[in-house]
Amino acid sequence: MCFAGYKLRLAIAAFILGGLQPLAAGEARIAVAANFAPALRAIADNFSASSGHDIVLSPGSTGKHYAQIINGAPFDAFFSADAARPMKLEQDGLAEGRYTYAIGRLVLWSPAPGLIDPEAKILATASFRFLAIANPELAPYGKAAQETLTRLGLWEQMQPRLVRGENINQAFQFVASGNAELGFVAKSQFKNSRGMDAGSYWEVPAEFHAPIEQQAVLLSDSVIARAFMDYVKSAAGRDLISQYGYDLPMNAQAQTDADR
Amino acid sequence: MLTGDDFTALWLTLRLALITTLILLLIGTPLAWWLARTRSPARAVVDAIVTLPLILPPTVLGFYLLIALGPRGPVGKLMLAIGGQPLAFTFAGLVIGSIIYSLPFVVRPLQDAFSNIGRRPMEVAATLGASPADRFLTVALPLARPGYITATVLGFAHTLGEFGVVLMIGGNIPGATQVLSISIYDHVETLQYGRAHLLSGILLGISFLLLLSVYALNRHLRVVKA
Repeated sequence: MCFAGYKLRLAIAAFILGGLQPLAAGEARIAVAANFAPALRAIADNFSASSGHDIVLSPGSTGKHYAQIINGAPFDAFFSADAARPMKLEQDGLAEGRYTYAIGRLVLWSPAPGLIDPEAKILATASFRFLAIANPELAPYGKAAQETLTRLGLWEQMQPRLVRGENINQAFQFVASGNAELGFVAKSQFKNSRGMDAGSYWEVPAEFHAPIEQQAVLLSDSVIARAFMDYVKSAAGRDLISQYGYDLPMNAQAQTDADR
Repeated sequence: MLTGDDFTALWLTLRLALITTLILLLIGTPLAWWLARTRSPARAVVDAIVTLPLILPPTVLGFYLLIALGPRGPVGKLMLAIGGQPLAFTFAGLVIGSIIYSLPFVVRPLQDAFSNIGRRPMEVAATLGASPADRFLTVALPLARPGYITATVLGFAHTLGEFGVVLMIGGNIPGATQVLSISIYDHVETLQYGRAHLLSGILLGISFLLLLSVYALNRHLRVVKA
């Protein structure tokens, strides 16, 4: 009894002290768009293995991250799902070193084999009840889905069948759980889920929507965050990004210059 | 100031809260009565289940509902078997989610009210020859009135503020599943802080007035009784 009490007190003390410990030297905190978190995790693991520095990732929605950063959240870098929010942060004087780290690709996907034909003619038929997309007002992938449907001349007639996830991961969840028969998801999600081979899909041609440019910025003068950004830009980083189903900008530097 | 979409969301939210509360009062009454009177060992289990939605994160409820309501889940399969459609992304689906989400807020006050009556008034009524139905309707129900007021208001107000469950199973369809809290969330995410403020203020005002009315009414009832 006495011994157990002692152990409990020790555990509580460790818990409280653990929470009070300052950020250990050799760490960088990165806010990352939910869709890119798995890829960045893989890159960060490689970076940590070679440099010995820890990369702490906080996945989340870009809108929430933006609100947190302008209110002083302690992130050293931000990998956004879009280009607009990093640009705003740069204008506010909170960020620097903005560049496009990946270009997202959209895929129409269904877990049902043979449901989606190679030309996605199914979209024009009435043979499904719900089509999941990310909310176009919130998520770049949702906006791309809207542009794709508009280009196909189906946006208006699709309205009663559209279900909107707050982000692309939720749109994916709606389809994966079977509640929506098909949906526009990110190619990166599609490539990294198990059991996806059984379904059917249509890779949306890149010219059907404005490119989904995902940009990153530095938020502090952390040397580790800077080194990590350089690692993401390196050949090893770019290889991983492409393995995870993203297109790569032609040249990171040229891209940044073109934006200015 | 308020756009058409905002009005649609407000009306939808009020309708959802009203329907949910009515259904909860109907199924909550026998459930609370049983919980207040039974000596069955099953009571502890049922008590725990009724209280669960109070403890669980709404995202857990929403996640399980999404799977259960889907075409491969038990509820979805049942719906398909009887010739219906799965319930995710529909108003009916939201009603089911809200009933589970707000269950403890209706059942608990009713259960407390029934417990507080005690056995004596019911026994006296029985001695005077009242039938069980008579006893319940003319003795128990009037005595439990403060409990009913609390249950109605809390159930209604709690459903008004529902967010996590709707986010998971709603699909954000204007007029069907886009409730007020989801609209506010969208406005905040798209940096339309002005519209978010307005809707948040409306929700805050309604919720405060509801709670104020329940406390004032119950106090009034106690004063009248005393």
